[in-house]
Amino acid sequence: MYMYYGITMVFFTVFWVCHIYIYINNMTLFIFYHVSYQNVTPFLCIIIALHSVEYHVLPCDICIINCILLLQVTVRDALNQAMDEELERDERVFLLGEEVAQYDGAYKVSRGLWKKYGDKRIIDTPITEMGFAGIAVGAAMAGLRPICEFMTFNFSMQAIDQVINSAAKTYYMSAGRQSVPIVFRGPNGASAGVAAQHSQCFAAWYGHCPGLKVVSPWSAEDARGLLKSAIRDDNPVVFLENELMYGVPFEMSEESQSKDFLIPIGKAKIERQGNHITVVSHSRMVSLCLDAAAVLAKEGIECEVINMRTIRPLDAEAIETSVMKTNHLITVEGGWPQFGVGGEILARIMEGPAFNYLDAPAVRVTGVDIPMPYAKILEDNSVPQIKDIIFSVKKTLNA
Amino acid sequence: MQNMLTVIANTLKGGAKINGSRVVVSARSFADLTPQASFDIKRCDLHRLDEGPSVQTVLTREDGLRYYRTMQTMRRMELKADQLYKQKIIRGFCHLYDGQEACAVGIEAGISPTDHLITAYRSHGYTYTRGVSVKEIMAELTGRSGGVAKGKGGSMHMYAKNFYGGNGIVGAQVPLGAGVALACQYQGKNEVCVTLYGDGAANQGQIFESFNMAALWKLPCIFICENNKYGMGTSVERASASTDYYKRGDYIPGLRVDGMDVLSVREATRFAADYCRSGKGPILMELQTYRYHGHSMSDPGVSYRTREEIQEIRSKSDPITMLKDCMISRNMASLEEIKDIDATVRKEIEEAAQFATSDPEPPLEDLCKHIFYNDAPLEVRGTHPWMRLKSIS
Repeated sequence: MYMYYGITMVFFTVFWVCHIYIYINNMTLFIFYHVSYQNVTPFLCIIIALHSVEYHVLPCDICIINCILLLQVTVRDALNQAMDEELERDERVFLLGEEVAQYDGAYKVSRGLWKKYGDKRIIDTPITEMGFAGIAVGAAMAGLRPICEFMTFNFSMQAIDQVINSAAKTYYMSAGRQSVPIVFRGPNGASAGVAAQHSQCFAAWYGHCPGLKVVSPWSAEDARGLLKSAIRDDNPVVFLENELMYGVPFEMSEESQSKDFLIPIGKAKIERQGNHITVVSHSRMVSLCLDAAAVLAKEGIECEVINMRTIRPLDAEAIETSVMKTNHLITVEGGWPQFGVGGEILARIMEGPAFNYLDAPAVRVTGVDIPMPYAKILEDNSVPQIKDIIFSVKKTLNA
Repeated sequence: MQNMLTVIANTLKGGAKINGSRVVVSARSFADLTPQASFDIKRCDLHRLDEGPSVQTVLTREDGLRYYRTMQTMRRMELKADQLYKQKIIRGFCHLYDGQEACAVGIEAGISPTDHLITAYRSHGYTYTRGVSVKEIMAELTGRSGGVAKGKGGSMHMYAKNFYGGNGIVGAQVPLGAGVALACQYQGKNEVCVTLYGDGAANQGQIFESFNMAALWKLPCIFICENNKYGMGTSVERASASTDYYKRGDYIPGLRVDGMDVLSVREATRFAADYCRSGKGPILMELQTYRYHGHSMSDPGVSYRTREEIQEIRSKSDPITMLKDCMISRNMASLEEIKDIDATVRKEIEEAAQFATSDPEPPLEDLCKHIFYNDAPLEVRGTHPWMRLKSIS
């Protein structure tokens, strides 16, 4: 009998040690792959159930289990998982781009996909954006559903004719005869130390064009739900990711783990409720807005932070509803100020019902109107910082 | 007794160095060393050419030592950059050139400083051969005000007189190079433009557009494809339907050159420059070379090629070792001389790294400078409307 208890105590200790190790090290990947790829959740539950019957289960254990079930997932893994599931679901979906197959992706977003799906579904292209973007659009016209990856959207400028003239406008020009169900995805905007030619934000450029849908996720849940929606959408979608967000973990609810979890394109999300001012942003800047909001909350200023999620079609209604509640508005983006996302939002507010509710002019927080410098101190001062958001909020509220 | 003599000889040697003179006290005097020698060069593969570069070349002692020193400087500079990147003192992109030194040095030896050159992002070597000091290059890599672009450009955006960078977008530098060649022709100063690109870029459409116009208008442009066998993580077989890059110019004559031998590169460049200067139009050169590092510092470089392959090239075809062995075997340089050069180079790189890490970052006033050339000062919007910054040319 003592031997029986001895063995169970050993198992219990090992179980505990493993869980603490996982919890402390936040081994997202480890848990994620085991739970999602091998569907271990029910298995884990059984183990826990057995344990709770045989041993004394400490409250901490349940918390740890909860954490595992709640799941911390990085944006990179959310994108990877979304593509994996969509590739599995629909035979016509395939991925092409530079280094997406054998290299596992320049930023490892397509890790493991080539091993799983092979040469036919995951295609390495030469360094010829104009060519392979055109090839992707052609394939979409002929019945496939390509995901065309640009290593960064800076390189999409080489192919922009294919994105606009061949993909975006075709359904219209053909009066509905020819659709182009394609997704162009890749990292967009400033990174760290990559200098002028590799740091441009293309949200305004693509957002300008009718016929395109332009999506800009922030969190892992955004990434997962929006990429699935984009792939299932029958229209050309430009999917703007962010390199600095790839490694950031987010909590993902159980619901978001479903294979049919979709986030509708064209609907913004209120990430933080507030009464004093509306702060509208997209992509990585949402993180800064939430940080700024936390600081401002200590001073009694409650910001309502809206994560746009989609650039085009713009969810003007969500912004207007919020402005009619708070009476103040600022927009925050990483891109250049002139003719940008913020400019469009402010124009819509002016033209719409919310204008009369403004107690102060709406204001844009943007990147500085210069090519991106390399030196760290200059680069840091070329994009909005938390202090810039805080300053703008306070100035708008005092105006 | 023998030991005593050795000790005395060594002390004398040491003394000579301490005095600051560069006289190397060696067992043999300078008079013993050959001032110049003739070397055989591998015959180049030719495309639409009846004759290629000469198969024999004369190398003087002076030139040989200069090439050695330049290549060694480039090698040590790149390795230092590797170190600094791992210490996070250099950030962003860093594409290293070690292994390919013979290309940059050979090309520079075949043209003159009044000729023009443009390349892609693996450009630290060319920045050096085109006249920028190691100090300025390293300070640019670390983003300091003493950098050649005042810290605003970084690894891929360094410029100098008759050197047009340093370009981040694959293939984009080729039409630029053809344009520089157009200007050369237009201005009639008998200058040529060397336009470099890699095996990865060789499939870019804009390169073929440049070939067409350069041939049509007989531009004095030397297109050079540095084939280091891998475009980031993709080998040439997986990227190109035809890997005979020297033939890809189709109607443009081409030659394929051993890019690990500095003398071959020099001869081929001389030949190509003569061809262009005679008004016959553009010419294409493929340099077969190899990079020891991965594509950039974020690529370990071993997921798509084996360590054995890298080791083999390093031991059998290293450009610096090959030149050293050539010169020593033909009695054109002594081992002590070479060691002396190595020591001097090491010191120079250390000093440059010291400067690069201690020089201050550019001041914030530089943020908006250099938007327009020769223009009145203008106001630049900062991150919010209350931040009004000044831009001066």
